Amino acid sequence: MERIYLDNNATTIVDPRVREAMDPFFCRQYGNPNSLHSFGTEVHEAMRLAMDRLYAGIGAGDEDDILVTSCACEGNNHVLKGAWFDLIRRGPKSEILTTPVEHPCVRNACAFLETLGARVTYLPLNADGVVDADILRRHIDPARTALVSVMWANNETGLLFPVRELAEVCRESGVLFHTDAVQAIGKVPVDLARVPADFLTFSAHKFHGPKGVGGLYIRKGRALTPLIHGGEQMGGKRAGTVNVPYLVGMGLAMELAVDGLAFEESRVRALRDRLEEAILAIPDTMVLGRGAPRVPNTILASFRGIEGEAMIWDLNAAGIAASTGSACASESLEANPVFVAMGLSSELAHTSVRFSLSRFTTAEEIERAAAAIQASVARLRAISSSYSGAR
Amino acid sequence: MPKNDLIGGALWEQYSAKVGERMNHPRHRGEITEEQAKAMGARLVVADWGAEACGDAVRLYWAVDPKTERILDAKFKSFGCGTAIASSDMMAELAIGKTVDEAMKITNLEVERSLRDDPGLPAIPPQKMHCSVMAYDVIKKAASLFKGVDLASLSEEDIVCECARVSKRTIEEVIRINDLKTVEEITQYTKAGAFCKSCIRPGGHEKRAHYLVDILRDTRAAMEKERLLAQADAGDFRAKNLIQKHRLIEKALDEKIRPALAADGGSLEVVDIREAAPTGEVSVYIRYLGACRGCVSSTKGTLQFIENLLRQEISDTIRVVPL
Repeated sequence: MERIYLDNNATTIVDPRVREAMDPFFCRQYGNPNSLHSFGTEVHEAMRLAMDRLYAGIGAGDEDDILVTSCACEGNNHVLKGAWFDLIRRGPKSEILTTPVEHPCVRNACAFLETLGARVTYLPLNADGVVDADILRRHIDPARTALVSVMWANNETGLLFPVRELAEVCRESGVLFHTDAVQAIGKVPVDLARVPADFLTFSAHKFHGPKGVGGLYIRKGRALTPLIHGGEQMGGKRAGTVNVPYLVGMGLAMELAVDGLAFEESRVRALRDRLEEAILAIPDTMVLGRGAPRVPNTILASFRGIEGEAMIWDLNAAGIAASTGSACASESLEANPVFVAMGLSSELAHTSVRFSLSRFTTAEEIERAAAAIQASVARLRAISSSYSGAR
Repeated sequence: MPKNDLIGGALWEQYSAKVGERMNHPRHRGEITEEQAKAMGARLVVADWGAEACGDAVRLYWAVDPKTERILDAKFKSFGCGTAIASSDMMAELAIGKTVDEAMKITNLEVERSLRDDPGLPAIPPQKMHCSVMAYDVIKKAASLFKGVDLASLSEEDIVCECARVSKRTIEEVIRINDLKTVEEITQYTKAGAFCKSCIRPGGHEKRAHYLVDILRDTRAAMEKERLLAQADAGDFRAKNLIQKHRLIEKALDEKIRPALAADGGSLEVVDIREAAPTGEVSVYIRYLGACRGCVSSTKGTLQFIENLLRQEISDTIRVVPL
C-alpha cells in the first residue's frame, strides 16, 4: 500500500530536481567557498545562482541581505535576540510585540528574553484569529516598541496575517517589523517589494528543499548583532562555513516554489477544497478559519466526539499521515497555545486534525484519504462515550 | 539525556504491541443495556469519569450480580487517545469475574502492567499514565454507585501521586525516615512523580492539591525546626537564656502538670520567672486557675508535686512560688 503524505506543514518531500541539483556539491565540487584555490572558487557560480533565486523568490533588493542559516528557528532567534542586544539591553526601547500563535521558536525565544528583562506583549487576535492593523496600532508605541514579530501564515490553521498592513504600521511608527514566512513561501506570493518588512525568515524543508537550511532576510540599513560569531562568512553577519549543497538546493527549491504558485493556487487549492467538502459531508465536523484568508494547502478540521490522536492513529494504520493539535499527541501533553489563543474550546482543540497538502498530492490520494477519514470517524464514534449520533 | 529524547517523536514507539492491538480491536467496547443486564439477572451500573474538555473521558458499564456482588460483564465507551481506549479495554477485562470490592483494588499500574509485552518494559510512556489510564477513578465511581454511597466515602487518604497512588502521609514518612533532600529521591523511594509528573510541581499537565516540592519543603522545614528545638532543649539548664528556660518550663507544665490539674477542674499560669544571678536559682511565679484557686492543697501537696516534678524534669535549681 502506497502511503499518503498529508502533513506538508510539518515538512515536505525534497523535489527530485532539487536533490539532483545538490548532488555535484558533495563529492565533486566540495571546496570551501572561502578558499582562494580552484576548489573554493568553482562553487561560487552555483552559490551566486542560488542567492539570485532566493532574492528573486521573495522580492529582495540587491542591497538587502539574505543570510543563509540552518533553519527558520535560527533566523527567528537571530532577529529577536538581535533586537534585545541592539535596542533593549541598554535601551532606548524595552518591548517586543508578537502574537500568541507564533511558532515555539518565537514564543520560547520571547519567553527567554523576558527573563533577561525584555517586555513582551502578546497581541490579541481578532474574530478571524489574526492580528490586524487596528490591533497593532492600538499597542505599538514608537518610544517603547523595539520590534514587532508576526507570522505570515499560521502553521496550524493556515490563516494568513495581513503582513503588508502590519509592516506599514510599523514603518509609519519607525518600529522594526519581522515576519516568520515559513508557512507562506510557495503557498502565497511573498514579495518584499510590496511588504515593507525589515526582517523575514524561511526554511527550505517547508517548500521541497532539504532540512537544515534556511534564510534570514535583512533589509538594507538594518543592523543586527550576530547570533553566531566566528569567521567572515556572510560578511561576518552569520559565521559558519556555508552549506553549499544545501544552499544550492534551497535556491532551486525557492525558484520552483515561486514558479508553482499558480499551480498551488489552482490545483492544490482544488484538491484541498475537495477533501474539505468530504470532511464537511460527515455530520458534526467543522473546518476552522474557513471564511478567512488562508493558504491553499491547509485544513484544520474538528470531528466531534473523536480525540485527535486516536484519529491520526487510525489514519496512520491506513497509511495516511496527518497531525493533530490535541495535547494528547504532544510529548509534553501541553495544551496547544494556538487553540488557547484563538479562544477555541478545549473540546475543539482535542478533536482537531490537520491535513496539509503539497504540489505532489494527487486526486487519487485525496479520495483515498477521504474514505479513510470516513472509516475512522465511524469506528471511533462507535467507541466514543461523548458521541451519541448526529445532533 | 536519552538519545530518544534527542531524536523526538517517540510517543507511539513507547506503546506496547498490546496497546496497539487493543486500540485497533478493543474487546470490551460498547454498552450493556438494561435488558441485557436483566437477562443476566444482574444490576446495571453505568459510571462516567473524565471530560471531553480534558481530552479523555470514559463510561464504564458493569452487570453486577446483586447477591454475590460479582461483576458478570463489563464494557466501556471512551472519548480518548489510543492509550485511553486500550487501557479502558483492559480495565473492563480485569474487572470481569471479580466482586465489586475486589475490583476496587485494581490500580492504574495493574492495568498498565497487564498491557505490557515484556514484564520489564512499560506499556505506556510515563507522561500518558495519568491522563489516559483512568481505571481506578472510574471503578471507584462505579463501586460508589453500586453501593449507593458517596464517592468521597470510598477515598482512603490524601493521594498526592495518582499514577502510583502514593499518599501524602507515605511521602512525609519516607522523607523523615530516609532523610530525603530531593524530589528525585522521593520518586526513587516511592515512585511518586515517576509517571505523568503532574504532582512534582505546579504547572504540570494537571493541577493537583499537593505537590512533591511543597511536601518536601514543608517536611524539611518541620524537621529542621524539630532539630533546632531538640538542640535547644539539650544541655545544661543553667546555661540557657530566659526564653529557653520559659519554654522548657511551659513544656513540662503542659505535658505533666496541667493534665493532672485539669482532671480536678483546675489549672495554672506562669506569671513570671526570675533568676537570682549569684546562685542560679530560678523562681517560677504561678497563679492557680479554676478549682485550684483556694484549694487547701494548693500551697502544700500540690505545690510540692509541681516543684518536685519541675526539678526532676528540668533542673533542681527551680523553685515554685504561688501568688
